[in-house]
Amino acid sequence: MAKRIDVSGLTAYYGSHKAIDDISMTVEPRSVTAFIGPSGCGKSTFLRTLNRMHEVTPGGRVEGKVLLDDENLYAKDVDPVAVRRTVGMVFQRPNPFPTMSIFDNVAAGLRLNGTYKKNQLAEIVERSLRGANLWNEVKDRLNKPGSGLSGGQQQRLCIARAIAVEPDVLLMDEPCSALDPISTLAIEDLIGELKERFTIVIVTHNMQQAARVSDRTAFFNLSAVGQPGKLIEIDDTERIFANPSVQATEDYISGRFG
Amino acid sequence: MSQLVQDKRPVATVRSGPLSHARLPRWAPAAIAAGSIAAGCGIGLAAGWQSRVQWGMIAALVFVLATYVITTKVENSRQAKDRVATSLVWVCFVLAVVPLFSLAWVTITKGLEVVDGYFLGHSMNGVLDAEPGGGIYHALLGTIEQVLIAAVIAAPVGLLTAIYLVEYGRGKLAKAVTFFVDVMTGIPSIVAGLFVLATWNLMLGFGPSGFAGGLALAILMMPVVVRSTEEMLKLVPNELREASLALGVPKWRTILKVVLPTAIGGITTGVMLAVARVTGETAPVLLLVFGTKLINPNPFEGAQSSLPLYVYEQYAVGTDASIARAWGAALVLIAFVMILNLVARGIARWKAPKTGK
Repeated sequence: MAKRIDVSGLTAYYGSHKAIDDISMTVEPRSVTAFIGPSGCGKSTFLRTLNRMHEVTPGGRVEGKVLLDDENLYAKDVDPVAVRRTVGMVFQRPNPFPTMSIFDNVAAGLRLNGTYKKNQLAEIVERSLRGANLWNEVKDRLNKPGSGLSGGQQQRLCIARAIAVEPDVLLMDEPCSALDPISTLAIEDLIGELKERFTIVIVTHNMQQAARVSDRTAFFNLSAVGQPGKLIEIDDTERIFANPSVQATEDYISGRFG
Repeated sequence: MSQLVQDKRPVATVRSGPLSHARLPRWAPAAIAAGSIAAGCGIGLAAGWQSRVQWGMIAALVFVLATYVITTKVENSRQAKDRVATSLVWVCFVLAVVPLFSLAWVTITKGLEVVDGYFLGHSMNGVLDAEPGGGIYHALLGTIEQVLIAAVIAAPVGLLTAIYLVEYGRGKLAKAVTFFVDVMTGIPSIVAGLFVLATWNLMLGFGPSGFAGGLALAILMMPVVVRSTEEMLKLVPNELREASLALGVPKWRTILKVVLPTAIGGITTGVMLAVARVTGETAPVLLLVFGTKLINPNPFEGAQSSLPLYVYEQYAVGTDASIARAWGAALVLIAFVMILNLVARGIARWKAPKTGK
């Protein structure tokens, strides 16, 4: 049940430092939206505001609105825990829980939320691992620790863990930056399959990757170091890479940046 | 099958150049050490010194000097400095280890003379201080009970304090708690004993008991538990917390199910070491538990004994038999702490995050 995200006038702070300034955009359901831009431009910060993970950082606070199918995530009576169940996240570095087996890692979201029926658990774990294209590699060692897998497998394990709780939106913060090209390819294929069911937002430093996997691309930039990051433009990926409407985007994409 | 790929360029011929110099053989440091020990003994004998400590000091001095002189002659001055630093590290290591081994040796040899089943299984009831016989059953029982009481009080409080400091603590309150934990770490044990004596015994009017001793030990244990647990929780990568929160797991459950299991090995070790630390406390026990010759299994009423207190009392009596008993009790005390340490290590290894190998 993919959902649409409407962001309007979103500003995020770390303490007194303004990290991103007045961002508005729409993320379409059942599509992949990529965020590109130089380091420090606030892509990841913006991504983390979409499931209220930004406020987990000490001093992190947000102004503005994020509508998930017309429900404001930052309304007063919204529970951030419920938001995170709806909007899942995959991180830059694979981070399986070291004390848990592969099976327990995938089941973690359900178990720790207490929202599952025992006889369904094995089925959900298998479905999620198949969904993450990992089932065939791990089906014989589900009880082994997740940290024994290779980096690419660990990242797919984290994706399986994230989709096991059936979120509506999946946020990915540079999911391939710690992986080799083959694992990257596996994850990109997976993203292509997952967008049938989820709304996917992916942050990436790899512009080829953005061009390969995404339907729409947003370019972020900052005017100077220490200044807040801004959304420069968002458009269909083909147009961003072939014929961007802003000069800065073209400079960045063609490597004439800075 | 597969052919070995080789670099096509010719391999340079090997010759000696400005990068190499004469080197001492590998056995040289050992030979120098043996020589200097011989020299130390020889000089000591010749000068007629009785103290083996003096012999050792001479040997250590000779060792460092000979290393320097020989290396300067054979190798060069940079190597000489390097080897002198190494030899100093060795000398310091030996200086640190000799007292440890000597302590263990004396305690074990003297302790084993008295420790047997009878010694472990009987109290001092009806045994005159001057005569042999009797045992430490009452003291061992007292120590176990008092330490258990202290652990039951201090471990949960310390654990929860550490969780507060690492996971929730922000601002002034957390700073104040950290400060007072630091202050508590430095409290002399007799002060903790006096505090419990003043409140529990004098103000509230309870008599001496194992429980009062346990309270004082808990005060001493708490800051150690807080400190070690805090360090262990800080070692848990933040990514794991974020991964769990991003799955929509509430914070308290994240702490309970992800953070604590990841750190449980280190936390257990910390608690066990804190227990080991307070097991040897004598002063508060002397004030609060009072000491007795009889077996008192009830820690909540009446005087008990404890191993350190028993050692102190038996030594104070000063007869051959009592001093032998003191050594025996000391051996049991060391063994008890040792077993706790081993258990802690075992738990730490057992609970450590698996690598999947």
